[in-house]
Amino acid sequence: MEHNEPDRLSAAQMAAVRRSLANGRGALSRRSLLRASGVGALAAGGAGILSGCGIPPAKREAGAAASSDYSDQEKLINFSNWTEYIDISEDEKSHPTLVEFNKRTGIKVKYTEDINDNVEFFGKIQPQLAAGQDTGRDLINVTDWLAARMIRLGWVQKLDASLLPHAYANLSPQFRSPDWDPGRAYSYPWTGIPAVIAYNIKATRGRKVDSVTQLLDDPTLKGRVSFLTEMRDTVGLTLLDMGKDPAKVNDADYDAAINRLQKGVDKKQIRRFTGNDYTSDLDKGDIAACVAWAGDLIQLQVDNPDIRFSIPAAGYMTATDNLLVPAHARHQKNATRLIDYYYELPVAAQLAAYINYVTPVAGVASELAKIDPELAKNPLIIPDEAMAAKSHSFRSLSSKEETAYEEKFAKLIGA
Amino acid sequence: MTVTEAPPAPGPVEPVVHKQSVRRKLVPYWLLLPGILWLVVFFALPMVYQASTSVQTGSLEEGFSVTWHFQTYWDALTEYYPQFLRSVLYAGTATILCLLLGYPLAYLIAFRAGRWRNLLLVVVIAPFFTSFLIRTLAWKTILADGGPVVDVLGSVGFLDVTSWLGMTEGNRLLATPLAVVCGLTYNFLPFMILPLYTSLERIDPRLHEAAGDLYAKPSTIFRKVTFPLSMPGVVSGTLLTFIPASGDYVNAELLGSTDTKMVGNVIQSQFLRVLDYPTAAALSFILMAVVLIMVTVYIRRAGTEDLV
Repeated sequence: MEHNEPDRLSAAQMAAVRRSLANGRGALSRRSLLRASGVGALAAGGAGILSGCGIPPAKREAGAAASSDYSDQEKLINFSNWTEYIDISEDEKSHPTLVEFNKRTGIKVKYTEDINDNVEFFGKIQPQLAAGQDTGRDLINVTDWLAARMIRLGWVQKLDASLLPHAYANLSPQFRSPDWDPGRAYSYPWTGIPAVIAYNIKATRGRKVDSVTQLLDDPTLKGRVSFLTEMRDTVGLTLLDMGKDPAKVNDADYDAAINRLQKGVDKKQIRRFTGNDYTSDLDKGDIAACVAWAGDLIQLQVDNPDIRFSIPAAGYMTATDNLLVPAHARHQKNATRLIDYYYELPVAAQLAAYINYVTPVAGVASELAKIDPELAKNPLIIPDEAMAAKSHSFRSLSSKEETAYEEKFAKLIGA
Repeated sequence: MTVTEAPPAPGPVEPVVHKQSVRRKLVPYWLLLPGILWLVVFFALPMVYQASTSVQTGSLEEGFSVTWHFQTYWDALTEYYPQFLRSVLYAGTATILCLLLGYPLAYLIAFRAGRWRNLLLVVVIAPFFTSFLIRTLAWKTILADGGPVVDVLGSVGFLDVTSWLGMTEGNRLLATPLAVVCGLTYNFLPFMILPLYTSLERIDPRLHEAAGDLYAKPSTIFRKVTFPLSMPGVVSGTLLTFIPASGDYVNAELLGSTDTKMVGNVIQSQFLRVLDYPTAAALSFILMAVVLIMVTVYIRRAGTEDLV
């Protein structure tokens, strides 16, 4: 750089050159004219290019999702799942249930833990699915509202019921007919995810926390309460607390719930809205009480006996994570067989014993008791009748409603 | 190369020379080609696409089409200006803090470290071998409510002052603006230190001696010699800190609360959560424009002939 021409000029000379270009007669030079006309041409051309772009409708026609199936030629399934959401062997190298499936059927499961977040995962697969292409995945596991959206967009394959005898027989009644997939034509749940209230009894100084009202109003919890960034869990629990049913929510109810939460934000009662990261805050006691996912709590309680949970008298929300076969998957039949496999009672018990979420498989209790009698009695894995009666779910939303509701919720959580 | 090394043809020599010089003239362009292609594919095209998205209307289900809806920009700006202001404020504060923390350290490494110099440089960079996310999460433990940092700052009354200034909330650091600024400062500190170090290290120590010989006090030497000569480092350091910090969303997400969200959080949430792609694209463009204007003004004022 030091040997470049301009550097040989002194600072004063440089300034003079610059001044002459900017203010003097040289300001309107041939070069600047050329540059200006170039920009003009670029702008005109750019406008043409810009209007040529556009994002095609994401919705696909019914039946367009179907594609040729290579299940018989290629004994393979590409399975995308959340992290730490399946059983794992002692040496942490394999997944026993998948190994067993492979032994029995000869189908190899390529298991990838590439889902960390519903919205991010949707962002990842959306371009391919919108363009009608194979995502390279035969089986994915997403939360119910995203499953509903994908079914609505026509991005999911219909499942062959004749390959699902166990799933059909053993699916727990609670999950049989969600309003977004009546009769389970496209999806089967992997787990149920109760959102309940959790508290750190040391941080609350021995107080029990058991309602959203208490979370929002108890002055001793000020600044030490968190809610989830999962809109349906947070707003759903608030609606229940207000005596409204999230399964029949309308705009007025929704706004009322958002307002109620907003008050909690404004008076600094609510510290944050969190994803999974609330667990460490609750463990340390930075958060005294919060809305939490049941499966996390079982794992937290193992290390920290101060963590407690309560089921609000007004009821709690249960979401599900669902197995779906995306459009244009190459191995639909194999994937469907894997879904059915996880509805066999011993397999379901083995999975439930490891991942500690509510199992969607009915009648699994006796099998689970063989593995761990304590777990079989835990209502957060197999809800008893009293608890199941309090479970609610959020109504599925239309595309317009979803955008409007998410936007209001985004404002609430600050972005 | 094989052609040029072949024995000269018996015919007229001139065309060969001509060919050679044309070839030679093209060499720089061939060398530029990979870079230019890279920029076109991964910078220019996405920019065009994003510009187009920002003036579209529609929904995910029905698709988006270009309707030249410039209103989106205005709506985005009026709706989210607090987050913009916050981004500029937090990133600016973090940049100043980085400079205040980084300059003495870079100075020490450049002039006083002796044989420890390389070791100190490694120590500066070492934390960056772990991921950005993990480092930010570690700050949650450091700043935890019952942790030593909060205890000490609370007992010396520091938290009362910051709380009065609105930078912290009661007796805690986490989920406050101060935590976000601290996180930003920490995460971008090396981007400040390294350019500062390189420009300080280039200063000839004999200049200091000469200044001393001319009866300059150490503070005068710093003001009149060292600092002006380190300006390129200061400018590039502040740019490398401010620009990424203003678009960051991880620190605000993990260390902040609802009222500390920055514009990066809004873009992320509009794009992924609300699925309002035009607003997200417009916000990105506005952020780019704001940063570009601020940087241009700054560079003009700072005068950086030999920045690069």
